[in-house]
Amino acid sequence: MTQTTEAPAGGADVRTDDAPAPGGGSTSTFAKALNAALADSMAADASVLMFGEDVGTLGGVFRITDGLTARFGEQRCFDTPLAEAGIMGMAIGMAMNGMKPVVEMQFDAFAYPAFEQVVSHVAKMPNRTRGTVRLPLVIRIPYAGGIGGVEHHCDSSEAYYAHTPGLTVLAPATVRDAYFMLREAIASPDPVVFLEPKKLYWSKEELDLAELRRTFEAGQAPRRIGKAVVGRPGTDATLISYGPSVPTALAAAAAAAEEGRSIEVIDLRSIVPFDDETVCASVRRTGRAVVVAEAPGFASVASEIVARVQERCFHSLAAPVLRVTGFDIPYPSPKLEHFYLPSVDRILDAVDALQWED
Amino acid sequence: MSTATNEGRGGLLGGTAAGGAHDGGATPEGALLPSAEPVQLVDPDGRHSTDERYLLPDGEVLLEAYGRLVAGRRINDQANALVRQGRMAVYPSSHGQEACQVAAAAVLDAQDWLFPTYRDTVAVITRGVDPLQVLTLLRGDWHSGYDPHEHRVATQATPLATQLLHAVGVAHAAKLRGEDTVVLAMCGDGATSEGDFHEALNFAAVFHVPVVFFVQNNEFAISVPLRNQSVAPSLAHKAIGYGMPGERVDGNDLAALLAVLGSAVRRARDGGGPSLVEAHTYRMQAHTNADDATRYRSADDVRRWVPKDPITRMRTYLRSLDLLTDEKEQSFADEADAIAADIRKGLNTEVTVNPAELFEYVYTEKTTQLREQAEQLREELARDAAGTPAAETKAGGR
Repeated sequence: MTQTTEAPAGGADVRTDDAPAPGGGSTSTFAKALNAALADSMAADASVLMFGEDVGTLGGVFRITDGLTARFGEQRCFDTPLAEAGIMGMAIGMAMNGMKPVVEMQFDAFAYPAFEQVVSHVAKMPNRTRGTVRLPLVIRIPYAGGIGGVEHHCDSSEAYYAHTPGLTVLAPATVRDAYFMLREAIASPDPVVFLEPKKLYWSKEELDLAELRRTFEAGQAPRRIGKAVVGRPGTDATLISYGPSVPTALAAAAAAAEEGRSIEVIDLRSIVPFDDETVCASVRRTGRAVVVAEAPGFASVASEIVARVQERCFHSLAAPVLRVTGFDIPYPSPKLEHFYLPSVDRILDAVDALQWED
Repeated sequence: MSTATNEGRGGLLGGTAAGGAHDGGATPEGALLPSAEPVQLVDPDGRHSTDERYLLPDGEVLLEAYGRLVAGRRINDQANALVRQGRMAVYPSSHGQEACQVAAAAVLDAQDWLFPTYRDTVAVITRGVDPLQVLTLLRGDWHSGYDPHEHRVATQATPLATQLLHAVGVAHAAKLRGEDTVVLAMCGDGATSEGDFHEALNFAAVFHVPVVFFVQNNEFAISVPLRNQSVAPSLAHKAIGYGMPGERVDGNDLAALLAVLGSAVRRARDGGGPSLVEAHTYRMQAHTNADDATRYRSADDVRRWVPKDPITRMRTYLRSLDLLTDEKEQSFADEADAIAADIRKGLNTEVTVNPAELFEYVYTEKTTQLREQAEQLREELARDAAGTPAAETKAGGR
C-alpha cells in the first residue's frame, strides 16, 4: 500500500511505503476503485452518465461498471449499439447539452473508430467555440498490455491522444490514484482520455473506499491532473514512468537498492498536462534519468519526456537521458509479449549505462 | 421567423401512428418507405400541385418564408462577390438550394437545435444568428464566430456527417431531462456514404430520440455525382434499414419542404422518434469558388435546373394569389439589400485578431506549457513592435 505525504524537497508529493496502513484493514482492487469512483460520481451529480459496449447488464468486460445500471437505472448507465464513433459522437452532443458523459471504449485498439470524433471534435470544440461549448466528458480506455491478450487488445495508444491539443490524458498506476483521478476527470470541465492499465485492474491496496469518497467530496484530495508524484524517493538516478510501467519501474528501483543504488521513481499520473516541475526537480537532483514506457519508443510520449528533460536539465545531467520502451513493432502475441515489455532487467541495464564514474 | 403551422393530413411523417420499435406496435415496413416521387406542392411553373398526404402551408407562412428566400439568394450572391474581392477565404454557396435552407430553419421553434454544415450559412442566418458572426469561419479570423447556445445552432460542420451524432446526443440529453426539444441535423448526399451517417441514424432510432435528419441531395459531392455514392432507390430509402420513416421532397419547392419537414419535426416532438428527409435539389454553382465545375459537368446540365429555381416558382405562385404585391416585393428586396449591405460593411472592415487568444480556449485553464508558449509569442510580438532583432535580446541571456 502507499500513502502520499508532502516532500520537503521540490514541493512534490512523495509516496512512501512505510506509512501506516490507511485502509483500516480493508482492501480494494484497482478495478473496484474505478467502479466506486463511477458510482460515487453518479450519486453526487445527476448529469453524470455512463455508456458504451457491454457496460449495462454485464457490467463491462472488466466489470468496471458492475452494478451501475441496477443502482442508477438504464437511463444513467446503458449499452449502446456497437459503434465507437457513434458512442463518442453522441457523448459530444450530450456534453453540449448539459450532461457529463463517461464512455467506455472496451479496449485500446477498439477506440480507433472513434478517432475522428476525438481529434476533430472532442479536442477542438471548446477552442472552435471560444470556450462557449465545453465538453466535460471522460473517455475511459482499458489500455496497454501484459495480460496475454490477443491482437487489438493490448495497444499503448497514449501518444495519439497526447499529441492532440485540447485533450487531458491521464494514466493512473495505483488504486488510490485510480479512484481520485477518475473522480477528478469526471469533475473536470475539459475532456479527459482516461487510460486504465489493464494489467493493474487486479492489483490491490489496503485502503477504505468510503474514506476516499469522503476525502474527495470534502475537497481534501490534492489535485492530480497535471501533477506527477514521486513514487519512490532516491538520490542516484530518476526513473520516469506512468500507468502500467510504474510497478515495473518501482521493482527495478527496489532491485537497484540491493545493489547499492538509490533510484527515484516518478509516477507521472498525468501525461497531459505534463508536470515539468516535478520531473525536472528530480532529474536536477539525481543528474541521471531513464524513461520507462510500454509504447513503441519512436515518436512516443517517452521521446517527448526525454526532449523536455534535456532542454531543461542539460547542465545537471551526468549522462544522456535513456529510454526503455516497447520495440517499434506491433504489439506481440501472448507468448512473445514478455520479450517486448519493459522489464526490471532491461531497466537495470539502462541504469547501468548512465555513465557512472566508479 | 415563426414555425410553419401546416397541419398535414398525416402523411408518412404526419403523425405518431407509424411509431417506432419503442412504441411496441408492429410497424408495417411499407409505412417506413418514402413516396415514389418527391413530394411537391408547388410545381416549377408556380402552380399548386395537390398531394394526398401534405397540405399546402398557409399563404402568410409562405409569404414570410419567401422573404427569407429572397434574402438567402442575396446572401449567397453577396458572399460570392466578397470572395472575388478577397474579403473571404472561400464560400460554399447554397445558390439554388435556398428553399432547403429557409425551410430547415423555419420549421424549428426556439427551444429546438439546428446542426448545419459548411454549406448551410443561409439556414444559420435564417435561424437568427448574426451574418457576420456566421461568416467568421470563412473570413478566417476564427473557426466559428457564434455561441452555439445562444440560438441553439451548432457550429457549421466541416467534416462530413460527424455532426449528425452530436445532434443525436443533444436530442438524447434533452429527452432524458424531459425537455421539448427537436433537433434538425443537416447533411449532403456525399455525407450519406460516411460511417457516421449510418451510426447516427442507427443510434437515433435505437434510442428513439427526436432528430430529423435532413439530406440535401444536390447531386454532387464536389465533383462526384450521386450515382457514385449510392445505388439505393433513393437516399430516403436508407431510413427503413434503421427502422425509421424516410420521405422525399422536391428540394426547390419551399411549400413542400415546409410541409414535409414541419411534419417530421412535429412527429419527433410528439414522441414519434427520428425520421429522414431527402430533398432533391441541385448545386447550381461550383463546390466553392476554388472549384472548377466545368471539369465534371456541362453548362447544359446546370441549365436544366434553371426553370426549377425555388424563388421564381414561389414568386409566381404567391403573385397568382395576389399575396405578393409590388410593395411587399419591394420591402423583401430592401430587407435583403440591408442584410447584404451589413455583410459588405462588416467584411470590408479589417478585423483585429488577437494572437493571445490562440492559447485561451484549448483548456479551461491554461497548462504550464501553454502559459510558456503564450509568453513566448507575446515576447516575440513585443520585440517586433519595438523593432529589436531577436539576436540582440537573446545576447547575454541564458
